[in-house]
Amino acid sequence: MFAYTVKRLIQMVVVLWAVSVIVFLMMSFTGDPVFMVIPIDSSDAEIEQARRILGLDRSLTEQYFIFLGNLLQGDFGTSYVFRQPAIDLILERLPATMEIVVVAMVIATTIAIPLGVYAGANPGKPLSRLIMSGSLLGISLPGFWVGMMLIYFFAVEWRIFPSSGRGDTVEVFGVPTSLLTADGWSHVLLPAITLSVGTLAILLRITRAGMMEVSRQDYMKFARAKGVSRRGVLYGHGLRNGLIPVVTIFGLQLGDLIAFATITETIFGWPGMGKLLVDSIYRADRPVIVVYLMLVALIFVVINFLIDILYTMIDPRITVK
Amino acid sequence: MMQAFLASQFFFNWRRNLSAIIGSVIIAIFIVIVAFGPLMVAQDPYDLTQLNLLDSYKPPVWLPGGDPRYLLGTDGQGRDVLASIIYGTRVSALIGIAAMLCSCLIGTSLGLLAGFYGGRLDAIIMRIADLQLSFPSMLIALFLMSAVGTGVDKVLIALTAVGWVVYARTVRGSTLGEIEKEYVQAARVAGLTNAKIIRRHVLPNVLTPLIVIATVQVGTFILIEASLSFLGVGVPITQPSLGLLIKNGFDVLFSGLWWTSVFPGLMIMAMVFGINLFGDFLRDELNPRLK
Amino acid sequence: MTMQSESRDPLLSVRDLRTWFHTFSGVVKAVNDVSFDLAQGEIMGLVGESGGGKSVVGFSILGLIDPPGRIEGGQILLDGEDLAKAPEDRLRKIRGREIAMIFQDPMTSLNPVHTIGRQMDEMLRLHTDMDEAARRRRCIEMLESVGISQAEDRLRAYPHQFSGGMRQRVVIAIAMLAHPRLIIADEPTTALDVTIQSQILKLMKRQVADHGASMILVTHDLAVVSEVVDKITVLYCGQVVERGDVRDVISAPSHPYTRGLIDSIPNPDHRQPRLSQIPGTVPDIRNLPKGCNFRDRCPRAQALCAQEEPKLAPTRQSLFAACHFPIGTGGDA
Repeated sequence: MFAYTVKRLIQMVVVLWAVSVIVFLMMSFTGDPVFMVIPIDSSDAEIEQARRILGLDRSLTEQYFIFLGNLLQGDFGTSYVFRQPAIDLILERLPATMEIVVVAMVIATTIAIPLGVYAGANPGKPLSRLIMSGSLLGISLPGFWVGMMLIYFFAVEWRIFPSSGRGDTVEVFGVPTSLLTADGWSHVLLPAITLSVGTLAILLRITRAGMMEVSRQDYMKFARAKGVSRRGVLYGHGLRNGLIPVVTIFGLQLGDLIAFATITETIFGWPGMGKLLVDSIYRADRPVIVVYLMLVALIFVVINFLIDILYTMIDPRITVK
Repeated sequence: MMQAFLASQFFFNWRRNLSAIIGSVIIAIFIVIVAFGPLMVAQDPYDLTQLNLLDSYKPPVWLPGGDPRYLLGTDGQGRDVLASIIYGTRVSALIGIAAMLCSCLIGTSLGLLAGFYGGRLDAIIMRIADLQLSFPSMLIALFLMSAVGTGVDKVLIALTAVGWVVYARTVRGSTLGEIEKEYVQAARVAGLTNAKIIRRHVLPNVLTPLIVIATVQVGTFILIEASLSFLGVGVPITQPSLGLLIKNGFDVLFSGLWWTSVFPGLMIMAMVFGINLFGDFLRDELNPRLK
Repeated sequence: MTMQSESRDPLLSVRDLRTWFHTFSGVVKAVNDVSFDLAQGEIMGLVGESGGGKSVVGFSILGLIDPPGRIEGGQILLDGEDLAKAPEDRLRKIRGREIAMIFQDPMTSLNPVHTIGRQMDEMLRLHTDMDEAARRRRCIEMLESVGISQAEDRLRAYPHQFSGGMRQRVVIAIAMLAHPRLIIADEPTTALDVTIQSQILKLMKRQVADHGASMILVTHDLAVVSEVVDKITVLYCGQVVERGDVRDVISAPSHPYTRGLIDSIPNPDHRQPRLSQIPGTVPDIRNLPKGCNFRDRCPRAQALCAQEEPKLAPTRQSLFAACHFPIGTGGDA
């Protein structure tokens, strides 16, 4: 277990390093950020000076090592726009993003798994067909459009929920959360539902496929031959086996949620790091984009690691090596 | 040829599968729209001389104030929503298909090389693929677009950059299976060049699973492109796709002018739904194990 | 079927059982008018080629036929109670408690994510009032009696930590836990190494005898059957073509199909001139020809066989055969 953890940690570092190289290279091709920080009527000398201050006059390799050195020292650069450390900007907005991501994941999982199990256990029944058609529709919808429709009906037409912003928050251990106030929830629900649609549909389809695969297994019939009820077989014996593929894509889906939070936050004016990313892309605020990507990469490798551990807990045949 | 198809198991199953039929019909309708769309509407929505500002924000024809010339209403510049949707559908669909073809071409080639030659080349290609797969396509595409700027060509590059991986991995896997087989070994002994072996013996046998991937990918690409365009980093405003139309409609949604964004959204949904319905059927037919 | 070949009262009496599968390409009459009796303590071999409907008989008895399959008719009398008409919750009490089943592949019949202990305990929880400690003791006892050492530790192990033979022992232990009166073993040794096949068979025979239970041994392997069973029922295309005591069937069968099966056993003891195989294949069961189903593969077929379906009738000794020209009734070599 210890050796495995060490091995995985090394892998994580390698992935993060690779991401830093790619991010750096890509950023170097996105045009000259110097024009983002200086007034439009600056003289050539002023431009040169700004370049030197930003370190843009050095060679690419040099720039990379300075960049890497800074990263290792915890210096992730300063936002050109906000004149604040980029990492602070991102971390400030991380809780808001995680809030809608987590709520969306909870919504998706609690709806997808029971429906997927039902559809997998009763293939051919009318309700199962309805569920499957619905899920196919779910993966065919543009998420942002769903969000707009929700805004149109719930905020514009019926005025049940606000259309944007985050609402009241309470601090828990120094982290602001809107999940403890009614006003907070009224702001969270629409973006979280919007975000959950695609994931819900995919989790549902994977659950169904897993259950259908499992229903064919001999141990299901053997359990029934022991006198276990149809329901008992389904939930007692089938579910855990059927969920193994769901666990596999759970991590990927969490990643997708973080990615699509960028759009959802933009639509709902949700003050998370996704909206910050989109704004920073418009403004070519390079350090913020870099920090966002590095942080997201870190989150992904950690999630994947946790998923692997979860795997060994759910399936005794898999052991960590 | 036609006779053989009509007698085939594939056609037999297709006829009994309602979802497959619906999916095919939807796809057929969209092919007609893409091919002949401009001939079906009176207005060229991007010819400014044909626009009349007096006609702006007309609601759909069945609502009070609707204008029979504009079935689905107009936008802020008096542009026929139906016409812009049809033009937008062409942009969306063609980007989806072109990006799929590019991804397929590049991914299949890299997969063949990796599987056939193995070694360091294989290791490099597959590490890149692994790295990429651990990130959501949407995020990679968004990041690339932020780096290269807007434009139809740029969108194609970004989509291809995220789309090749799935082909490369699949093709590599089946290539490894194929080159073990006796007929490839025999071809080698017979002295065929590698290029010939790949083209004549390996390639035809690894293509089947790609059909399903390619079908579904067109839908995925249409959705990603719509998202990018919605965020303003996709296609330029001179060539709006459905996603960009929705973005434009979003700005006036709060004033209750819903028709400029609802209809393009329904169009994307219908198109991708049709593709997915058909893709599901193909998956069951071609890869029964993946059911 | 009015003939009663047993002197004892049968534990299980299957009468004109029909289990059909309604598929898109036609009705598969997997079991068609099958009848047999099984007395308490008796072991019967149910024999035939694969696709002959043997396993379906077993699943029908337990009421485990899933759509598109259905029991179309007949009776399955267990102590006089007709299981073919019993409701699902009654069947659930019978499964495991009265009738237990052993599956073909021990690699797949145990749930991979549950411990052996949990899978054994489940049987006792369902069918007994024992408390946890008593159930645990019983499980350990049972594992030991099927020859698994360190039973206490093994309860915590998962199926993948056992070899195939060991797993089949576990499956047998589970089947015997609730003292069932009838065991249905569906090809219990087919998936195992030849070297452990006979060990497992002996174990099963001993367990059945110790519990005073009866057993139906479903198999395609006549060699396996002859070591263990008291009597044999041979199925072909979902119908009984021959039945009788094991010695009579093996030494001198009267149905040419049984003869063919015996001749294809690779065993020097039988001293047949050469190892033969039954020519041809099982006909498409959805589309059976008129007359005898076996006639296309039968060396003894005559014109009558194409016209009239043979009925099961006594031939010699304990044997019944469904054949117009049974072996040993004149006219054969």
